[in-house]
Amino acid sequence: MTQGSLLRQILEYENRHDPYPLYAELRKTPVLNDGDGAYVVSTYHEILSLLHDPRVSSDARNMTRAAGPDLQQQEEETALPPSFIRLDPPEHDRLRRMTNTSFGPPHEPRRVHEMRGELGGIVSDLIAGIGSTDRIDLVEEFSYPFPVTVICRLLGVPREDESRFHGWADTLAASLDPMPGEDATERNKIAQKARTELGMYLAGLIEERRRNPQEDMLSELATLKGPDGSMTTMELLSTAALLLIAGHETTVNLITNGMLTLLRNPDVLRRLREDPGLSVPLVEELLRFEPPVQLVPNRTTLADIEIAGVTIPKGASLWLVVAAGNRDPLRFKDPDRFDPDREDIEHLGFGSGVHSCFGAPLARQEAQIALSELARRLVNPRLLEDPPEYRRNAVLRGPRHLPIACDDIMP
Amino acid sequence: MPADGHLERLKREGRIVVVGASLAGLRAAETLREEGFAGTLTMVGDEPYEPYDRPPLSKGVLLSRTTADHTALPRRRNLDADWRLGIAATGLDMAAKRVRLADGEEIEYDRLLIATGVRARPWPHEREAELDGVFVLRTRDDATALQKRLADGPRRVFVIGAGFTGSEIASACREREISVTVAERGAAPLVGALGGVVGEVAAQLQRENGVDLRTGVMVTGLEGDSAGRVRSAHLSDGSSVETDVVVVSLGATRNTEWLAGSGLGAGPRGIACDAGCRAFDIRGIVTDDIFVAGDVARSPHPLFGYQFLSLEHWGNAVSQAETAAHNMLCESVDRRPHMWVPAFWSSQFGVNIKSVGVPSMGTEILISQGSLAERRFVGVYGYQDRVIGAVTFDQARWLPFYEHLIETTAPFPPPFPTVDRRPEGARPVPADFPDPSVPTHGPTVTLSGYSPADRRMTFTPGRH
Ligand SMILES: Cc1cc2nc3c(=O)[nH]c(=O)nc-3n(C[C@H](O)[C@H](O)[C@H](O)COP(=O)(O)OP(=O)(O)OC[C@H]3O[C@@H](n4cnc5c(N)ncnc54)[C@H](O)[C@@H]3O)c2cc1C
Ligand code: HEM
Repeated sequence: MTQGSLLRQILEYENRHDPYPLYAELRKTPVLNDGDGAYVVSTYHEILSLLHDPRVSSDARNMTRAAGPDLQQQEEETALPPSFIRLDPPEHDRLRRMTNTSFGPPHEPRRVHEMRGELGGIVSDLIAGIGSTDRIDLVEEFSYPFPVTVICRLLGVPREDESRFHGWADTLAASLDPMPGEDATERNKIAQKARTELGMYLAGLIEERRRNPQEDMLSELATLKGPDGSMTTMELLSTAALLLIAGHETTVNLITNGMLTLLRNPDVLRRLREDPGLSVPLVEELLRFEPPVQLVPNRTTLADIEIAGVTIPKGASLWLVVAAGNRDPLRFKDPDRFDPDREDIEHLGFGSGVHSCFGAPLARQEAQIALSELARRLVNPRLLEDPPEYRRNAVLRGPRHLPIACDDIMP
Repeated sequence: MPADGHLERLKREGRIVVVGASLAGLRAAETLREEGFAGTLTMVGDEPYEPYDRPPLSKGVLLSRTTADHTALPRRRNLDADWRLGIAATGLDMAAKRVRLADGEEIEYDRLLIATGVRARPWPHEREAELDGVFVLRTRDDATALQKRLADGPRRVFVIGAGFTGSEIASACREREISVTVAERGAAPLVGALGGVVGEVAAQLQRENGVDLRTGVMVTGLEGDSAGRVRSAHLSDGSSVETDVVVVSLGATRNTEWLAGSGLGAGPRGIACDAGCRAFDIRGIVTDDIFVAGDVARSPHPLFGYQFLSLEHWGNAVSQAETAAHNMLCESVDRRPHMWVPAFWSSQFGVNIKSVGVPSMGTEILISQGSLAERRFVGVYGYQDRVIGAVTFDQARWLPFYEHLIETTAPFPPPFPTVDRRPEGARPVPADFPDPSVPTHGPTVTLSGYSPADRRMTFTPGRH
């Protein structure tokens, strides 16, 4: 098999349900150059070191060479300035710090923590809303709406507007997941329209919160005056959109992959039912075993970098295949085994270094609560299709539908 | 007798004595058990407490976020050891393989680990040191006493010495809104460990947080009132400062006196050992049954020209203890060298400071990321055209990269651009360490020459 074709195979839709054997093949060349395209890195230690390498930039403006095969992840075409996931320090650090003052530890340990009760409530409502137990699409009925509702509550989107928010999120997510034969320009137009509407909606909400601040995160960010100054409306819009987009599809996939993995490992499911505390190590192992973000594509080198015997030239695009690194046998014992009791589990599922996932504490809680509640409440759940149908997206990989059935739903 | 038979017996029914029941002692003991040592394990410690952690003593404890009795070190496993706590070891008979204890008992060993660490260097004038309100900070008891005094709301605290511990104490005082004066003989805080360029940042940090920082001065005396309470401190510039609390933070003295006359290569600079943690005797011959770990050890490091390094670092104590324990139980071919790259952290005035390598060996520094003025930066230290150390202020996530540069003896200045490079990062500047012949009181890494049993060693206490 030639190397170029290996990469293409990984992107082929027909391999989406199980890319792991291909990743194993890929790891034989820790740093693989796809001709004139991206440098693909697939081994744990190499990925980790590049994620901590200050010669590696996340800023799209530094990208000079070809970016590699199309990941169907077209950059958002908006008038908004880049959000901090696509910025380098110091701009990245400044925006992330400001966002964090309103989000997480050490500044605001409350917010994520106090959401626990609220998350439980949302989960209960969603489970209560499940229709027939003969055929439940877990994605449609549960995983999908959950994180959008959470982000709405976090930002402070009024309840009556939540359904509009869901609509935009759906459209944007669909644009990341093109159907074959679909008209690309038409799809882009629809996505563009959703983005504009979402932006205008948020801009209005920000204005309103500036005048009349509430307890929510948007109000705090809109009125923030700290050592780093304040956020401009444009920065705040970018940031709010980032939180929505970065926290949506990823969390959907984590929960769906989680349920799929549990149904494939009934003994673990049984243990989780009896001991909700197991959800903590279990979610970590999931992030290793089936990471929702399979590869981190947006990196460029600012200098020649020598790694694993290869010199990656300045200006090259990097693909850091964290899902392959997570199964590197040089790092994890018996890597293809799903083992929630694994002790040494520093996975790359949330990335690492300065861009490591901002929403990780929230995502962890969402998945822990969702999976332990599903395990507790669904009586005798079973998969109706295995493997299920996947989305086309190779980066944010996960099932499009997860049809399951159960005998009953516990109160 | 075949050698491995001997080792098997050692593992099965041997006697191992650990002197010093703190971080290094505990981690070594745990490793011994982990690696299958089933014999008798005796832990001798002169403090009456189970092993506890010291870094919180100058941080959370002084802020009353936790109390000193909540600092017990987490146990990795059950030790099944014979604990002799509150009893000091007072002597060593190398020929008879016996450790003498303060209560007269003698304990025989097949293997001995010495992890007696260091103690705070006291204020040199004994009568002044005994005044009520004069403290040092090394132990749980020290921290409890100081914390109580801070909670009483003193009008002012006077800290002598702006090394890491002194600076952390000043930071805790400010966080508690207690007025604090810091007197430092060098030009800035932390100069001994990080040099003048970074020291200047530390100085600004202190001043902006309301510390009355006096640099380039020595404390000439402490004065008490008729009731024996400290009232003021006199400085070499002729000034004096009224204060109710004085914290003496002048660095540390190695706990090696108990080994005097034993024939072991132990002295004021610590106990010399090889990279495998085996102690040298005074003849410079390595012993085979006595091992050393933690703050009391000085051992050669290949990355730093095989100089003997003394490291007062938490991570070093753990790593060296694990290596020592491993080597105590194995054949020479299976022994491992202690090759830990020095790493240190401190938190003060809301800033997380971390370093790797040996910054104090550096002659130049390059601010490769961020900016000194913003107090968020990475500083890389160079020595003879290679990278020898790095420090970060609130930029710790980049540190593994620089650690790798140190490990691979990468060229200095690093010949590549990085993210967040500012104009000040265009070229290196002198790192501005004080003359090494003038001892600062608080470096946490000390280069101590090449010779394992240096008989010309002279002791130069950091007087103020
Ligand atoms: C206030 C404070 C803050 C610190 N903060 C940091 C930090 O932020 N980062 C960092 O990297 N490091 C820090 N350190 C340093 C770190 O705590 C030490 O490196 C570590 O404690 C070394 O462990 P050790 O076991 O070698 O020595 P010690 O912890 O000094 O233990 C030695 C033990 O041996 C006992 N002993 C001595 N002589 C005898 C004898 N003759 N018989 C029996 N027992 C004896 C001592 O009483 C002591 O209990 C800090 C230290 C202090 C005091
Ligand atoms: C299971 C769910 C999630 C996964 C697997 C995940 C994964 C990741 C990964 C791998 C990165 C690193 C990207 C890079 O290095 O370029 C990242 C960044 C980020 N994530 Fe997440 N994420 C999840 C959930 C969330 C949630 C719920 C939020 C928001 C509340 C969020 C917000 C962000 C943000 C803002 C960044 C950018 C961080 C930065 O650039 O500093 N994520 N995430």
